Amino acid sequence: MERLRSSEEFETLRQHLFSTIRPEIPMVVIPAGTCGQASGAEKLIRTAQREILAKKLQEKVFLRITGCHGFCEMEPSVLIEPYRTFYPELDADGMQRIIHALADGKMVEDLLYFDPSTGEKIEKQDDIPFFRHQSRLLLAKNEKVDPLNIYDYIKNGGYLAFSNVLKNIRPEAVIDEVKRSGLRGRGGAGFPTGMKWKFLADAENKNGKYIVCNADEGDPGAYMDRSLLEGNPHSIIEGMLIGAYATGTDSGVIYVRSEYPLAIKHLTVALKQARHTGLLGTDILGSGFGFDISIVKGAGAFVCGEETALMRSIEGRMGEPRQRPPFPVEKGIYGKPTLINNVETWANIPVIMTNGAEKYTGTGSINSGTKIFSLVGKIKNTGLVEVPMGTPIRKVLYEIGGGQADSTGIKAVQTGGPSGGCIPSSLFEMPISYESFAEAGSIIGSGGMIVMDENTCMIDVAKYFMNFLKDESCGKCFTCRKGTQRMHELLEDISSGKGTMEHLKLMEELAIVMKDTAMCGLGQTAPNPVLSTLKYFKDEYIAHIENKRCPAGVCKALIRFSINENCTGCGACARICPENVIMGEKKERHVIDSDRCSRCGACRSVCKFEAIDVI
Amino acid sequence: MITLTINGLKVQVEEGTTILEAARFLGFPIPTLCHQEGLSPYGACRLCVVEIGEEPKSKLVSSCTYPAEEGLVVRTGSKRVVNARKMIIELLLASCPQSKTIQDLASAYGVRRQRFRQEHEDCILCGLCVRMCSEQMMAKAIGFRGRGKERSVGTPFDVQPDVCRLCGGCMYICPACSLRCTYNEPDKAICNACANLNPPCIQKERFNDLMCYMSPCVACEIDH
Repeated sequence: MERLRSSEEFETLRQHLFSTIRPEIPMVVIPAGTCGQASGAEKLIRTAQREILAKKLQEKVFLRITGCHGFCEMEPSVLIEPYRTFYPELDADGMQRIIHALADGKMVEDLLYFDPSTGEKIEKQDDIPFFRHQSRLLLAKNEKVDPLNIYDYIKNGGYLAFSNVLKNIRPEAVIDEVKRSGLRGRGGAGFPTGMKWKFLADAENKNGKYIVCNADEGDPGAYMDRSLLEGNPHSIIEGMLIGAYATGTDSGVIYVRSEYPLAIKHLTVALKQARHTGLLGTDILGSGFGFDISIVKGAGAFVCGEETALMRSIEGRMGEPRQRPPFPVEKGIYGKPTLINNVETWANIPVIMTNGAEKYTGTGSINSGTKIFSLVGKIKNTGLVEVPMGTPIRKVLYEIGGGQADSTGIKAVQTGGPSGGCIPSSLFEMPISYESFAEAGSIIGSGGMIVMDENTCMIDVAKYFMNFLKDESCGKCFTCRKGTQRMHELLEDISSGKGTMEHLKLMEELAIVMKDTAMCGLGQTAPNPVLSTLKYFKDEYIAHIENKRCPAGVCKALIRFSINENCTGCGACARICPENVIMGEKKERHVIDSDRCSRCGACRSVCKFEAIDVI
Repeated sequence: MITLTINGLKVQVEEGTTILEAARFLGFPIPTLCHQEGLSPYGACRLCVVEIGEEPKSKLVSSCTYPAEEGLVVRTGSKRVVNARKMIIELLLASCPQSKTIQDLASAYGVRRQRFRQEHEDCILCGLCVRMCSEQMMAKAIGFRGRGKERSVGTPFDVQPDVCRLCGGCMYICPACSLRCTYNEPDKAICNACANLNPPCIQKERFNDLMCYMSPCVACEIDH
């Protein structure tokens, strides 16, 4: 790899790379992010490689291993370029057939995606409802780029925005452009990014400044940052380069959690390649501008995603937040001015600089741009969904997500992780924006979207998040540490049938005080799951307290299993029961001894006749 | 000089003064548990919260860590502040019911009921001992470990570190410790930091030039 010394050399390299593209030859694209590998993409890659080598198809079929494409429900999947044919849920056998068909210029029809709503086979990825209703500004690149190859990124227009900015645009003009784009922080709080940059650019410090990419993604059920880092690490690097140029910064840090080994690997390789190419380090593209990025691995504390705790962690100290002010931009890492942005925010920067702020503002209807959500839970199409700001929640859930996974309807959707709240189905027409979510008592957060159906108990959900927070609170400030513990205790009481109406009152009082007095964002937003469920699902709380019943059939202390007349006496439940409390003669209706039953639900999962009721 | 308004009074203070210092200088009482002159502010106990800014955008901040700003409007005893303090005291009382300091606070603020389940902790993790050890004694022998429920004060790996000079500063500063040192009953020790230490009277050869702050020290009394 030769080090580039000027923008002209970069342009020459680009032109050279374009000339090597051979669009006429079909390319097998296999998504192999962490999720893809877990569902078997490795096997597909091995099969494809073996077939290509064995049949000597190197010049007839190309292979590209990429990061996650986002349709997790259908993985391991394969995309064929340039036809855009999509094959879901493949096995090695299917892979083999696809390679053979491709060599003959054919398609394997029986392996195509089957749309359950219309009952038709869909050939092209872009016609599948899951993809059709999205606008993939950021995620689309994941299909096109081999994350381990910087040339792949450059071929797709990568680093062009940076090279252009470096050559033609003044730093102040870059900040103005970001300001005009209306981009707001994608990590949770939604602070205007341009304004943050301006603060850092104005902060004077002879000893240097820092910019940080916050990749400490810890919300349960959220993984969009991971997919971006794994699938397109160079877009983050380019975003940080533009940010560093605009704010006059020379050092950057990517703070990524150690639970993301593949992301760390891809980042390390990407940084190395960028350095070798001359896009990182001193005197970048001969402009005299120098910037380098290092990776800091987090040790797995949720609270380190909070910016002041993150900075302490980078310094090598215990990850504990501190009171702001002073803000990081006044006093950050080692006392130097520091700017912290989320992965997705950084990934948006090259898009803005390439297409211009006007086009970006035009993408969303309320706030500008797109937002990636990780759609998980009781929904048909789980996966990463990128939609313009202002899209109604209903569209995300039903048109893209395909609606509920089981027969019971969607009751609520939990957004924003432990700091967010539950949005009930009555508010699904609400457009996605920072303001509307806040009004509903939740936040967009980093973009987790957990779908819940009628079989989900909202008290159980609130308890789950409170349990998470009680363990993940750093413990420094008293109201957060004790508040989360006490809140969990109160919820535990309610779910075990010991609750009183006094509990609800106390919970509300405690929630207000936690919001008011906790030091950092974690403690201040910790009561949100409780407050939002109390607001929208108070009847469930009352059912637990007054009637001692759990309407969703989840809280073990309040439910009982019984066998109805559908029972054929097959004995499957009796065999699986770990407590041995199901009795009955062969071919006769069985009975459960409720006193000794541990309510594990194993009998219900094996019964083929819907003979076991939860009461 | 910075001008700010505290409870309607316009005051001028030096730059770098915290709201707590300014308010106390004017004679407004603000209760604290984790604040001590001579140690850096920490903001752990949250008792010193005050309301800043104009409604409805006002917010509560810990006054011990918040620097005075030009034109800041502060209320140290608004309804919101008092309600928050009462709840904090109720939480404290439920966790450490035997502490005299906390009982006094509860009585002063009229907290007469305790709706949470009773616990018997003593340490409220105010961090005074940790800061005393590192900032005044320059030893850094004790520190915080764990997070959330598991957080505690102690020495690394629960052994006496070489840097500990057995000055007893941690016990001196701890409101709970200094009232009833439980050294010779490690099970009852409050923060478990001192439970790993030998009193200086036992290791006189090593530490003969140090003053001992352990007073009253049960171990000492037994030894003599």
